[in-house]
Amino acid sequence: MPFIPHTESDIQLMLQEIGVESINSLFDEIPSALMINDMPEIPMGLNEMAMMQLMQSRAKQTMELQCFIGAGAYEHHIPAAVWDLTQRGEFLTAYTPYQAEASQGSLQLMWEYQTMMASLMGMEISNASLYDGASALAEAVLMGIRSKSKEVKPCVWIASNIHPFYRQVLHTILKPHAIPVKEIAYDPTHGVVTLEALETQWQQEKSLTVLVMGQPNFFGRLENVDTITDWAHEKDAVVVGVVNPIAMSWLKPPGQWGKSGADIACGEGQPLGVPLAGGGPYFGFLCSRMSLVRQMPGRLVGLTQDQNNQPGFTLTLQAREQHIRRSKATSNICTNQGLLVTAATIYMSLLGPQGLKQIAQQCYLNHQVLVQQLLAIDVKPCFVGEHFHESVWQLPADVNKVLETLCEQGIAGGFNVSPYYPSLENALLICATETKSSEDIEHFVKMLNAAIQRSHI
Amino acid sequence: MDNIPQTLKYTQTHEWVARESNDVWTVGITDHAQKLLGDVVFIELPAVGDKVIINKEFGVVESVKAASDLYAPISGEIVAINESLVDHPELINQDAYQQGWIIKIKPQAPEQWEQLLEAQAYSQKIS
Repeated sequence: MPFIPHTESDIQLMLQEIGVESINSLFDEIPSALMINDMPEIPMGLNEMAMMQLMQSRAKQTMELQCFIGAGAYEHHIPAAVWDLTQRGEFLTAYTPYQAEASQGSLQLMWEYQTMMASLMGMEISNASLYDGASALAEAVLMGIRSKSKEVKPCVWIASNIHPFYRQVLHTILKPHAIPVKEIAYDPTHGVVTLEALETQWQQEKSLTVLVMGQPNFFGRLENVDTITDWAHEKDAVVVGVVNPIAMSWLKPPGQWGKSGADIACGEGQPLGVPLAGGGPYFGFLCSRMSLVRQMPGRLVGLTQDQNNQPGFTLTLQAREQHIRRSKATSNICTNQGLLVTAATIYMSLLGPQGLKQIAQQCYLNHQVLVQQLLAIDVKPCFVGEHFHESVWQLPADVNKVLETLCEQGIAGGFNVSPYYPSLENALLICATETKSSEDIEHFVKMLNAAIQRSHI
Repeated sequence: MDNIPQTLKYTQTHEWVARESNDVWTVGITDHAQKLLGDVVFIELPAVGDKVIINKEFGVVESVKAASDLYAPISGEIVAINESLVDHPELINQDAYQQGWIIKIKPQAPEQWEQLLEAQAYSQKIS
């Protein structure tokens, strides 16, 4: 039996039945300019053996690399128990938990996740996750805008030292809403947002609804979150913090920024027990203060009591979702990253607050070791000040060439930031998490230096 | 059987209107509407001082089944909102015409009263 359900004669029979000549005439409504006939980028099908051989040969190219990349996705040690438990059939095959009475296990897990995330962020509530960090940011911004009176013409400010991909996603999602997004310049010496930059922008715009800043920011630098939060709140703006969840076990969480805390915290959940896996799937987290709960997109699990006063878990506040609110839904988010949230929940419960804090400290210390060694070779730090676990360095050579050489040595040497920040020429973002030993770092710096010397010639 | 008080007027969109005085009209949703919606879980209210326009949305009522817009039966200014609905949206189910009132409007064009449905016409509409 073929895997394709309709044979050519099935198709003819169906077309005849509905009185249509060809499949294409079913798509008459689509303007021909939008139709794509040839897709040369997509190769022809392979048989199973050839496909396995190709995939294995490709896997070999990436598996052995020592990773120093960072830039939004971080290599961390994941205890074996995390994915052993996550892959149990009960978790792996669980269907979406709309039927609460049949899904208590999944629902309880999401509730535990929400509780841990909210506590990690110093916030009152968390949803059950979104697709990834960038979509979580866009949703956070829309949430902030909805919380303001409809009379207010929204204007969003985002620090230009937020991940360039996140900013792209934000622009993409906000553009159809015709909401202006202004980028705040970072200080070229320190790589952070300053009050002066905010004031300058304020003089130009005189309008601010939502302010987005990172902690740590894309350059790994720590922002002066208290001052910025208070400044934005004075302007009656909603403050959104894009944060690294591992760092938040050690640094001040968004809920405690400034006098009254940021309003929304979001970011990429991947560092919490999700492997790098070539770029995904990852998950986004979104936490906020309780007053914004009705603006929060996605799922929320609540703890309740049944008729016999027994505790029970259920999806709650569903009125915000499409099946109830339909065209008035808060967003088009209609699910969560269940399996990755399962892994993150198990990861966080295995480590506990103390374990997470130790990892954050180890990341910080390893990065310090990295910095000390890099200072001894022919590279310059782009920014002065405290970093969490990654930093940007200017190389006296072409970054891509250096990265290629390092790759041949089995090292993924960092992220070339120059295409995204033209003023940062030949700049490489390098990260060291807790997974790197002093020997790894020493070896990396030696290889980096050699690669630079080679590129000079 | 739906409860349709004779003393009130109605909209095509299932709001009821009571004329407290020339300056204050009270608005809620009908018994029929609350039955269709099922358990009301939240209501999005306007603010006192907001302007409303006849037949335009002024709020949203959310039940376990649907979220529905509320439409102003008249143009004017909001002079009061039923704040007890914030914590007790179920009042709409329990007592749609008294404790479940939603807003009070100061009408801009009181003659719009004439365009509203009488109890009998509304009753016919929903039967």
